[in-house]
Amino acid sequence: MAAARSVRAWLTRRAAPSGRAAALEAFAGRHRYRPLEALPWLAALAAYVVFPGYLPLGAQILATILFALSADLVLGYAGIITLGQAAFFGTGAYTAGLLAAHGWGEPITGLFAAAAAAALVGTLSGLIILRSSGLTQLIQTLVVAAMLAEAANKASAVTGGDDGLQGMQVWPLFGHFAFGLYGRTAFFYCLGVLFLCWLAVRRIVHSAFGRSLTGIRENSGRMHALGAPVIRRQLVAYTISAALAGISGALIAQTSGFVGLDSLGLDRSGTVLIMLIIGGVGRLYGAFIGVPLYMIAQDRFSTVEPVYWYFWIGLLMVLLVVFTRGGVLGLFDRLWRRG
Amino acid sequence: MSRGAFSAMLAALLAAVLVVMPIGASAQTIKIGVINSFTGFVSEPADQGQKGADLYVKLHQKDLPPGVKIELLKRDDTSNPEVGKRLAQDLITRDHVQLLTGIVLSPVAAAVAPLTAEAKVPLVISYAGAGVAIPRLSPYVVRVTFTLWQQAYPMGKWAAQQGWKTAYTAVTDFIAGHDAEAGFTRAFTDAGGKIVGADRFPPANPDFTPFVQRIKDAKPQVAYIFVPAGTQATAMMRAISDLGLRQAGTTIASTQDLVPDEELPNMGDTPLGLITAGTYSVAGNRPANKAFLAEWKRAYGDKSIPDFFSVDGWDGMAMIFDMIKATRGNFTADQAMAFFKNWKDPSSPRGPIMIDPETRDIVQNIYIRKVEKVDGKLANLEIATIPMVKDPWKTLHPVR
Amino acid sequence: MDSALATALSIGFHGLAFAMVLYLISVGLSVTMGMMGFINLAHGVFAMAGGYILTGLLDHHRVPFPLALAAAAGAVALASIPIERLLYRRLYGGDELDQVLLTIGLVFMSGAAAQYFFGPDQQPLRLPPGLSGGVKLGFGEFSLYQCLLIAVGAALATGLWLGLERSRFGAQIRAAVDNLRMAQSLGIDTSRLFCLTFALGSGLAGLGGGLGSDLITVVPSYALDNLVYFLIVVAIGGLGSIRGPFLAAVLVGLVDSTGKFLLPQFGAFFIYAMTLGLLLWRPRGLFGRG
Repeated sequence: MAAARSVRAWLTRRAAPSGRAAALEAFAGRHRYRPLEALPWLAALAAYVVFPGYLPLGAQILATILFALSADLVLGYAGIITLGQAAFFGTGAYTAGLLAAHGWGEPITGLFAAAAAAALVGTLSGLIILRSSGLTQLIQTLVVAAMLAEAANKASAVTGGDDGLQGMQVWPLFGHFAFGLYGRTAFFYCLGVLFLCWLAVRRIVHSAFGRSLTGIRENSGRMHALGAPVIRRQLVAYTISAALAGISGALIAQTSGFVGLDSLGLDRSGTVLIMLIIGGVGRLYGAFIGVPLYMIAQDRFSTVEPVYWYFWIGLLMVLLVVFTRGGVLGLFDRLWRRG
Repeated sequence: MSRGAFSAMLAALLAAVLVVMPIGASAQTIKIGVINSFTGFVSEPADQGQKGADLYVKLHQKDLPPGVKIELLKRDDTSNPEVGKRLAQDLITRDHVQLLTGIVLSPVAAAVAPLTAEAKVPLVISYAGAGVAIPRLSPYVVRVTFTLWQQAYPMGKWAAQQGWKTAYTAVTDFIAGHDAEAGFTRAFTDAGGKIVGADRFPPANPDFTPFVQRIKDAKPQVAYIFVPAGTQATAMMRAISDLGLRQAGTTIASTQDLVPDEELPNMGDTPLGLITAGTYSVAGNRPANKAFLAEWKRAYGDKSIPDFFSVDGWDGMAMIFDMIKATRGNFTADQAMAFFKNWKDPSSPRGPIMIDPETRDIVQNIYIRKVEKVDGKLANLEIATIPMVKDPWKTLHPVR
Repeated sequence: MDSALATALSIGFHGLAFAMVLYLISVGLSVTMGMMGFINLAHGVFAMAGGYILTGLLDHHRVPFPLALAAAAGAVALASIPIERLLYRRLYGGDELDQVLLTIGLVFMSGAAAQYFFGPDQQPLRLPPGLSGGVKLGFGEFSLYQCLLIAVGAALATGLWLGLERSRFGAQIRAAVDNLRMAQSLGIDTSRLFCLTFALGSGLAGLGGGLGSDLITVVPSYALDNLVYFLIVVAIGGLGSIRGPFLAAVLVGLVDSTGKFLLPQFGAFFIYAMTLGLLLWRPRGLFGRG
């Protein structure tokens, strides 16, 4: 992938190298940490200082970045087209929410429970959807999420149905830091969890397992021929991705104190996909660019234009497609190569 | 222009989007956060309500004390409580609003209410009527809408008084539907009636035909139906007409949501004779209502018709304006709440209204209305008035 | 027993009427997705546009019903041509994800535009007096409007099938669905073919959206609300098929209607379960090619 390589070059602040030697060099050094990779985290800390009134939004952005990261793992690395990522997000959210509503509001253990529940749903549904591909697979992911949403709706005695889960009591983080009105605890909580998950995903992507996933995405037939257990690898990736989405859902549930049916809905699956595509798919940093861009744009547009804001979001999306490919990171690639 | 130049322009546009636009405000300006569902599945009532609130502001801005201005910060909760709660947080911490108002969805109200207690910012719920216990979540919440119990309970009583013995309830499966079902059932069975069947429709994209068929098969004397006002009401009326439910001998009773005034012209002759309990009808014969209607038509055109949400929005703003006038624009949260708790308006478009200081819910007339033809057009004629009804649920379920 | 039979008939009838609307809207989507390999999530926009045009013409301008219907289908078909030429064509054979971004962007823009021009309210369908009310058919009374839906849907399905089976245009479409490169090398002007097919599919969607505006309510969120149904019909029917979506639509319509009657608490659950089961059994749908 020439595009990905040039981004890597950009990340290292070096001129784009050419030829075999450069490719080898980039390949060998790909898992080393670059100074520029610290940028998102520095930006987050700076945002805390500069925009103290935006912390509730900031916490939601951070949690959603994790969600988009989970989608990138299946879409960008395992090549599974999904419109049902909300199935895992919602499972995680309801798991953490139900625990907190029924007497166990400890946030960290809630995250683990959410990850486990979502991973279970991921494995089970993966067994179904990984047999097919293309449109069929897209519809299957969508239908799995829709069935879960319908089930959550019907079990309204447990989930609160359409009115959402009420009465969550989330305990203070580490027994000390309460989730207050100003969102400080929520912000750092989400930031910390995102950072740990990002380290894990980065490791996975750059491991032998991650490279075999890329191989499957690029040419699954050849990987079969090489003797790689294609479906099993995809299933593992799908499960990991589900767990991450579950953690993200739990973060949103715990920091907002509410879980609604839309956490399992098509809107949620579609929006995260869009945010990821806007940033750039299959390059680990798309989530860090697309999610803030989309959510801040939405926040600004809807403040100025509370009724018709989504026209401008739509226009932004169409313009992106018309004038560039591969999201904002693709745009950077292009600019870099010119300059 | 080259592709690269376009890309550069686009990059500039993206950067521009991220620029934070500061909002200037003078010291005399009172900031009011308006949380409403401008998009999403309750955007119809949100729109009707906002028009009523905006109309009041437009007409009465000049009546504010000299030097005092208000600024409305409108936010779209996209019909999602999680977003609504975050917006309330933003409005409080970022924009430092002194009041919150609006809110169509009761789950949004339930999510926002605890914040108002923590931040000490009064919340005037203008449109959400479900979630009968919501004002108990925070001492800084006051509701000018109605409760579903306030309409359903008198309806159940009235139905039993007509000598009907069997009823079938069919409601939308969400909090408002549950409230309506519970209120009607309690009053009807307490008076000796029997519920022969109870169904709940899925809230999203329901198809009513099969449900109406089930009611028809059960042959009850009265069918008590609740659907959210707007899109679904018309679909429900058509299903009732298509299957000939009323010709089969079942009387239909409902809340005002089934026959909102602005939807009546779209329903054909089907609703003729339908009985509902409600808080407001365009046909209400009161001078205040006539004046309200005239202003509405002037602002929004002859074809536009307000409904009970519009009047709720109007009254919510009226209460806020009265408070600002009484305090000359200088108030604390507790002073505002003290004023709201004793607020009354003898001549709202919906008749006399007052806030009950105990429950911070509204006390108002409930009208039993019948759909009839007036000058060739359908109208919700008020045939009986139950004066100054206090929310029955809170009387039946006192705070322990 | 009689009442049970009447009930079954009434449910079946209702399901069929819904099925016809689904078919009219989805058949174009099936062909364009099958032929051009384009993930078109904005197809519902054309159906919504048809709904707005038809209800508007009937309500404000009192245009005769057949004329209004033809105008809705024609206007949508015409309007879809520049959209195809300017936006869609850039992405043929391109990245699916860019297609998703473009089409969802279009959905957002059209939804906001609809809300701006028509407000958030549902658009009422004012049927001419001759079409409202019921009709006695020996074994029961049925809504005249639903009879019309079924008749028009069945007639169009037959016409479309015969037309595409017999005509040169139809042969070109089938060739392009089966093997695009071969069709191109045989000298078929695929660019023109794409455009015409796209316009035809959009026009049919406009017709279906208009005709069905009483069953699938015309609101600004139309395209997103009903996307799942359209995609399910296409997936079950099989990409690129003409007959497939018909059968799939009938299946979805009947199962939906029956499920909602017998176990209304389960809502759309049956549709999803059926879809999942069918796609496990036949991953390419009932009539999928290739």
